[in-house]
Amino acid sequence: MGFQVDWERSDYSRIPHWLYHDEAVYRLEMERIFRGPLWHYLCLEAEVPNPGDFRTTWVGDTSVVVSRDRGGDLHAWVNRCSHRGATIVRKVQGNATDHVCIYHRWCYSPNGDLTGIPFRRGLKGEGGMPADFSPASVAPSKLRLANFHGVLFGTFAETCESIEDFLGEFGTSMIRRFMHKPIRILGYSRQLIHGNWKLYAENLRDTYHASLLHEFFVTYGVDRATQRGGVKMDARHRHNMNHAYAASDTQEEARAAYAGTAGVELDRMRLRDQKLLQYIPEFEDGMNLAAPTFFPSSIIIQINNTLGTRHIRPKGVDQLEVFQTLFGYEDDTPEMTRHRLVLANLVGPAGLVSMEDGEAIEIAHRTSASAPAGSSSVVEMGGRGPLRDLAHRVTETPIRGFWSYWSELMGVEPEGGVR
Amino acid sequence: MSVTAAIPQEVRNAVADLLAEYGMALDQDRLEDWASLFTDDCDYRVISRENEEQNLPNVMIWCDNRAMLLDRIESYRHVNEYNLHWDRHVIGLPRHFGQVDGLWQVEASYSAFQTDLEGATRLFSVGRYRMGLLMVSGIARIRSAVVVADTGLIPTLLATPL
Repeated sequence: MGFQVDWERSDYSRIPHWLYHDEAVYRLEMERIFRGPLWHYLCLEAEVPNPGDFRTTWVGDTSVVVSRDRGGDLHAWVNRCSHRGATIVRKVQGNATDHVCIYHRWCYSPNGDLTGIPFRRGLKGEGGMPADFSPASVAPSKLRLANFHGVLFGTFAETCESIEDFLGEFGTSMIRRFMHKPIRILGYSRQLIHGNWKLYAENLRDTYHASLLHEFFVTYGVDRATQRGGVKMDARHRHNMNHAYAASDTQEEARAAYAGTAGVELDRMRLRDQKLLQYIPEFEDGMNLAAPTFFPSSIIIQINNTLGTRHIRPKGVDQLEVFQTLFGYEDDTPEMTRHRLVLANLVGPAGLVSMEDGEAIEIAHRTSASAPAGSSSVVEMGGRGPLRDLAHRVTETPIRGFWSYWSELMGVEPEGGVR
Repeated sequence: MSVTAAIPQEVRNAVADLLAEYGMALDQDRLEDWASLFTDDCDYRVISRENEEQNLPNVMIWCDNRAMLLDRIESYRHVNEYNLHWDRHVIGLPRHFGQVDGLWQVEASYSAFQTDLEGATRLFSVGRYRMGLLMVSGIARIRSAVVVADTGLIPTLLATPL
C-alpha cells in the first residue's frame, strides 16, 4: 500500500497531526500493529481460573475470546462465527462448556474449534453441507497465547520474538514483581475517550504532563517531579517505565521547583481525611509509583496501593476505551482490601489523580483535527536525537520511542530514523 | 405491597424533597449544599452495574464519611481539570422498601445529562440510587447512597458527583 509519512525529523521530535485523524492509517494500524508480529495484552489469568471460564477482550478492533478448556489449558481465538461472521460470544465473561452462535447455532469448543453445524448431514437425506465440507478449514483464527506469570498476551503472528524478548528486562522483572503471589480481581472500570488511541499511548509515555496536568498529585504530594525516580525504556525504546520512590523529596524542594508554575500551588489545601494519601509499603524495591507500559496499548500500574492493568481499546479512529482491571492479592487482609478500594478514588474515570487524561486527550484530538497540512506536535522535552533513559521525569523521550517502533511496524521509518 | 403502604406520608414527602434537592443542588453547582444532605458518618459510592452483577467490589468513587465528600468537592473546585459542562439530573419516583436498622430504604432511577458551554447536550449516565435515609426532625438525610451506574463506560471522565 502506498502509505508514506512526511516526517520533518528523523528523531520523531515532530509528529504530523494527520496521523491521529486518518481512517486509512487506522485501518493499516489494525493490520500491521494489532495483527502484526508482536504480543498484545489480553487479560489476567486470574480472570479465567476454572475450566470453562471465558472472557471476551480486544486486540485492536478484533473481538477475542480467552477461555480455559476442560483440561485447564488456556486458549485465545477470534470471536467471529465461521459461517456468517457474527459475534459468537456476546457476554463479557462467564463459564460455558461450549459456545454457540445464535444465528444458525454453529457450535464452538472452549479451545475455539468448530464442533457442531446443525443439519450438516441434511434432514431425511435432503440438503445439508457438501460431504467434503471441512469444519477445521474454516474454524476461527486462533491467537498464539503466552501466559507470563499470570499476565496473558496473544499474537496473530505465526512467528515473532518470544514473550520474554518482547517484554525485555524491566518488562519481565516488573511483571514478576506485580505477580509475585496469587492476585484477587477487585473489579473493572471503563472510560470512553473521544480521541485517537495513540494519544493515550503517548500519554502513558509522557511523564512531563503527570505532575502538571494531574495537580492532585502535586498538591497533596502523591507524586511530584522532585521525587527520586525516572523513566526507563527497553532496548528498542518501544516500552517504557515511569517510576518513583515514596517520600524521596521534601516539601521545600517541591515548593522551589514548582514556584511560578501557573495553576500549581502547594500548601494551599489539606485533605480533611488523609487516608487517601496513606501508602502501606508492600514491595521490597520501595517504589510507590511503578508503571511498566507495553507497546502498543497496555500498562500495569501501581499508584501507592492501587494495582491494576489498563488496556487501551481503539474504537475507531476518533475513540478509545480505557479498560482498567484493579487487583489486590489473595492474602490481603479485609483491611488491606478496603484500603485498596478507598485508594481506587485516585484512579479510573473519576480518579482524583487520573480523570484529567480524558479531557486532555479530547481537547488535543478535537483541535488538532483541523490543523493545516504540514503541522505537527512538538516533542522535545528531554532532548532531541538519540533515545536515552533519564534519571528524571521531565521528559517526553518515550513518546519518540513509541513513534520509532510504530514507524518500523508500519513500514514508514524516515531515512536515518532513530531506534 | 403492604410494606409500601406502611410508609408514613411525612416520610414520603421528606424523601421526595430530598431527591429534588439532591438533583437540583448538583445541577446548580451547589455541591456543598449537596454534601449537606448527607450525615457526617455517611457512605457514598459510585459503582458500575457490571461490577455489581459480578459481585466485584471495585468503586469509581467511595467516600466513607462526609469529610471525604467535602475533600472531593474541594479537589473538584480547585485542583482537578475536567470537561467544562452543566449537569442535569432527572430523578424518577422513589420506590420505598420500609425501614431497616432505623434507615428508610429507597431506590430511584436517574438520568444525568451533560451540556457543554456551547449548548450541546449528551446523555452522560443512567442508573439507580440505592439509599438508606435517616429522618431527623421531619427531614430526610442520607446515611448511605450507592449510585449503581448502568453506564459503566464513562464518557470522557466523571468529575461532578452523580
